Amino acid sequence: MDSPAVEIVDLVKRYGGTTAVDGLTLRAGRGAVTAVLGPNGAGKTSTVEICEGFRAPDSGTVRVLGLDPAAPGLRSRVGVMLQAGGVPPAMRCAEWLRLVARFYAHPLPARALLDRLGLTDHARTPYRRLSGGQQQRLSLAAAVVGRPELVFLDEPTAGLDPQARHACWDLVGELRTAGVSVVLTTHHMDEAERLADHVVIIDRGRVVAEGTPATLTGAERQLRFRARPGLGLEELLNALPVGSAAKESPAGHYIIEGQVGPELLATVTAWCAAEGVTADDLRIERRTLEDVFLELTGRELR
Amino acid sequence: MTVHDPALDLTPAPGAAPFGRMVAAQAGAELRAMLRNGEQLLLTLVIPVLLLAGFSLAPLIDVGGGRRVDFLVPGVLALAVMSTAFTGQAIATGFERRYGVLKRLGATPLSRSGLMLAKTTAVVGVEAVQAAVIVVVGLALGWRPQGSFASFFGAALLIVVGTAAFSGLGLLMAGTLRAEATLAAANLVYLVLLGAGGVVFPLSKFPESVRPVLELLPISALTGGLRSVLAQGAGLPLVPLAVLAVWAVLSLALVSRTFRWE
Repeated sequence: MDSPAVEIVDLVKRYGGTTAVDGLTLRAGRGAVTAVLGPNGAGKTSTVEICEGFRAPDSGTVRVLGLDPAAPGLRSRVGVMLQAGGVPPAMRCAEWLRLVARFYAHPLPARALLDRLGLTDHARTPYRRLSGGQQQRLSLAAAVVGRPELVFLDEPTAGLDPQARHACWDLVGELRTAGVSVVLTTHHMDEAERLADHVVIIDRGRVVAEGTPATLTGAERQLRFRARPGLGLEELLNALPVGSAAKESPAGHYIIEGQVGPELLATVTAWCAAEGVTADDLRIERRTLEDVFLELTGRELR
Repeated sequence: MTVHDPALDLTPAPGAAPFGRMVAAQAGAELRAMLRNGEQLLLTLVIPVLLLAGFSLAPLIDVGGGRRVDFLVPGVLALAVMSTAFTGQAIATGFERRYGVLKRLGATPLSRSGLMLAKTTAVVGVEAVQAAVIVVVGLALGWRPQGSFASFFGAALLIVVGTAAFSGLGLLMAGTLRAEATLAAANLVYLVLLGAGGVVFPLSKFPESVRPVLELLPISALTGGLRSVLAQGAGLPLVPLAVLAVWAVLSLALVSRTFRWE
């Protein structure tokens, strides 16, 4: 049976006095897209760089395609996109991609890949003159040019404009269809929600939640509406089925959680009528991944 | 998802290219980078040729008997080796480390030994161009090399061992210092060794007390050794070769222990 793309158990990584990764355990399946989400400094890059073989863990075990991350045989099977840099500033765009391609036995044609990522017009431009988004796309191209089984993408869409972001998402989708395992880090909830089969939320070096985007956001839906602030929710709660919750947050914004269905809707609107208020902007929605993320990792800036 | 692009088959087909092909690709890239870099060309070609032509034609230095051009060609050849293997390589590698290039290459199938082999190949390639230009300019200025086939073999051996020694020293600097510090230090060392290593100013002009120390410098061993075979037609210059070999072994051993890839 195939080993998972990545299997990490109790990983710990310290830099001097600070603990960047603190007993992290995660598993990324073969042929799946795994998104590692977390605030800045959560330990995402440290974790990925240990998987890429750039750093040694202080303790814990890491297996990439069933092997030790430092195993030389992995280099040809794993594609890597660093968070930034990695290309000589004077090197021309196409020259770099062709160079990287020549390290592999069955590389993708550089021309088609450049074309695909919208870099054909910049083929002869030195790396330092490319825009930030073009540099990112070149790094993405270099990560996949060797036709790897597994790709690590560290914040692949940071600094991309919407067109380039979609081009990147399309490519990740195609990698998945082609059977390539992808592990990516991101701050963008929409990216994780859209691309990932499996989402791992990490904070302060540990996994705080994981699952499919659907299980993380929950089957539970919410009813939201706006009305004048300060309505008494006691009576409404009494009328709602047991297990429901109602809150006002922020002022004038009401959220009702529970078995959201026709009955609950009828109860709420009846209560509104009794209170003599018109519910504005009444809607039923799922929690977003961003709600989950902020709930788990807090709102304060770090 | 967009339309499937038949030219872009992303199905995994992993595998490393043959070692020789990887090294050749990387060596080609390194060679192009060196020849494209204006500052490097100034260091590797313009300065040596200007020194050779200038000091050969104008009686600015006392070479202690003999023809000036016969004294200068071996010294400038040694300078060319130092400029490429030490100064140029230290600066380029220091900045590659700073820009994450060494790290990124570490994630490809090109091994570290493959990368070092590619760098050495590129350095030797540039040295061959330098030597050809210096020899042609020297001959045009009336240089008459002495010695037999054995002397030329000795000269080639000195250049190879000298390249190893200077590469070791350059990589030692690039792998431990910050890129800016490497840039400054590599240029400073280049200037000091140019002045104090017998390249254009004969060591005999220095005070007796410092001469034994200066003679142990790698640049002095290379200039002295090349001069003994090319100007005096001596056989294998064992002492300079031994001095260079010690520098090479010590510096490369330190490199393998201290080099930081990022």
